[in-house]
Amino acid sequence: MADYTLTELMAVTAAREIRDGEVVFAGTGLPMLGAMLAQRTHAPRCCIVFEAGTAASQLAHLPMSVGDARAMPGAAMAAGLMEVFTYVLQAGRVDVGFLSGAQIDRFGNINSTSIGLDPVHPQVRFSGSGGACDIACLAKRTVLIALHEKRRFPEKIDYITSPGWVEGGDSRQKSGLIRRAKHGSDDPGGAALPARHQRDVPGQLPSGPHRPGRRRRHRICPGHRGGDRDAGSHA
Amino acid sequence: MIELTEAAALVPDGATVSFGGFTTQRHPMAFIYELVRLRRRDLYLYGHSPGGDWDILIGAGCVKRVELAYEADEAFSTVGTRWRLAVQRGEIEWEDYSNFAMVSRFAAGAMGIPFMPIRSMLGSDVLARQALSDEQRAADPRTCPRKLHVMESPFAPDDRVVLVPAIHTDFAVLHVQKATVDGTVRIEGQTFADVQQALCADTVVVTAEEIVAEEVLRREPERNPLPYFAVKHVCHVPFGAHPYAVFNYYDYDPRQQVYHDSARDDATFQWYLEKFVYGVRNHAEYLEAVGGPARLDSLRADPAYGYRPDLKRRRLD
Repeated sequence: MADYTLTELMAVTAAREIRDGEVVFAGTGLPMLGAMLAQRTHAPRCCIVFEAGTAASQLAHLPMSVGDARAMPGAAMAAGLMEVFTYVLQAGRVDVGFLSGAQIDRFGNINSTSIGLDPVHPQVRFSGSGGACDIACLAKRTVLIALHEKRRFPEKIDYITSPGWVEGGDSRQKSGLIRRAKHGSDDPGGAALPARHQRDVPGQLPSGPHRPGRRRRHRICPGHRGGDRDAGSHA
Repeated sequence: MIELTEAAALVPDGATVSFGGFTTQRHPMAFIYELVRLRRRDLYLYGHSPGGDWDILIGAGCVKRVELAYEADEAFSTVGTRWRLAVQRGEIEWEDYSNFAMVSRFAAGAMGIPFMPIRSMLGSDVLARQALSDEQRAADPRTCPRKLHVMESPFAPDDRVVLVPAIHTDFAVLHVQKATVDGTVRIEGQTFADVQQALCADTVVVTAEEIVAEEVLRREPERNPLPYFAVKHVCHVPFGAHPYAVFNYYDYDPRQQVYHDSARDDATFQWYLEKFVYGVRNHAEYLEAVGGPARLDSLRADPAYGYRPDLKRRRLD
């Protein structure tokens, strides 16, 4: 018998995706727990950014939301959404962002909006994007955390809240996104390098080139989330 | 300075409104409960990541249309319970954006420009699809005729941006830590999008934990994000964000899980409204109904943290 829970396993797996010194955009729940763990173990200099307005939190207690006062003690900056989304995320200063959702397809596109083919009359409605779409568009690297259930990984998802490789090939780049236009290699420099200078043929999730020494661009951590948390973390 | 009841009564049916705060933090809940008691109808709400503030208004039938990025009250539930039900039952009109898009829309309104270019939402259905039809948009001046517009930069042909339209609301209502009678505001901790929301509204109402002397806030003007001339009305409302948290003042109240447990079912939701909103005459009676001074004192922030480190709360799993 393992002497750890699946939640703990996921938190550890998430933590290992964070390298020391990186800027981490963390959402509520497991990403925060993973970031806290990373900060206290192998990545003491990782900079945890919350979209509600803080940068470089030194978390003593797990926040219940990204706006929680628990993000405040020891933080280097407390501002608002505008500062974090523009100067930090859009400007290309976020190394890794965490995402989750109710559905994920083979291109790493994520649905955290609704289930049902017509999103105007959905069968099940979730919270919506929050900052998830923004992270998926603008972080240099993303890590997906989701319970591995068959229904969560359909061939086609009902709504792309957060774009991954869109339709595969060069479709992410063609959509106009400037980061991670090139699949499976280090980000060449984010906003400093316009999309037209990033040309390659992106692959798909299962065949992603996870070779040593290369940054993995889209990771899925195995594990478990219970109850009503299937819409994913606030991101 | 006016009374909370007077301030809430200023908001007519059909008004466009945004509320300050973020999921579980600093929502002007006392003001919200007052709107529910007044049985306001057909409100148009604009927000980035609201929580229980919108959820109870939606559940109580006060809201016609919302434009948002996220609706969940993360301390208690990952999806706003009444929001979810209202959507699934076809009882509400809405449009989806991302948080970055919504805060950019408030910022454009605050700056007096018609739109803001951003690099988000490309490749997503948040961009490709719209929940409000062109007809619904064209028929109502409270909603922008178009959701967004994608364009190439005029300075670099391959460089694509998304233009998101400015928001201007009739009202913005904020709950803050400190304000003066003249309307100078002090926000402690994260500011969320309160500043942008206030500056794009015609009428700004601020409810504050404490009313302090003008000279006190003017000693450190760099910590005052809103000047007095942006604020129309100030109300003194201690514990005005309960059951949500106010940094440096009090933590959120885990007992308010009762809201989310009640909200799952129409009958128990009505029971909640009767017990905590319709059945109490004002905020003082609400605070008694949720446990009175003993309960509220147990939520007060530890000055060393700005929150309550020993708060009994739900485990992650």
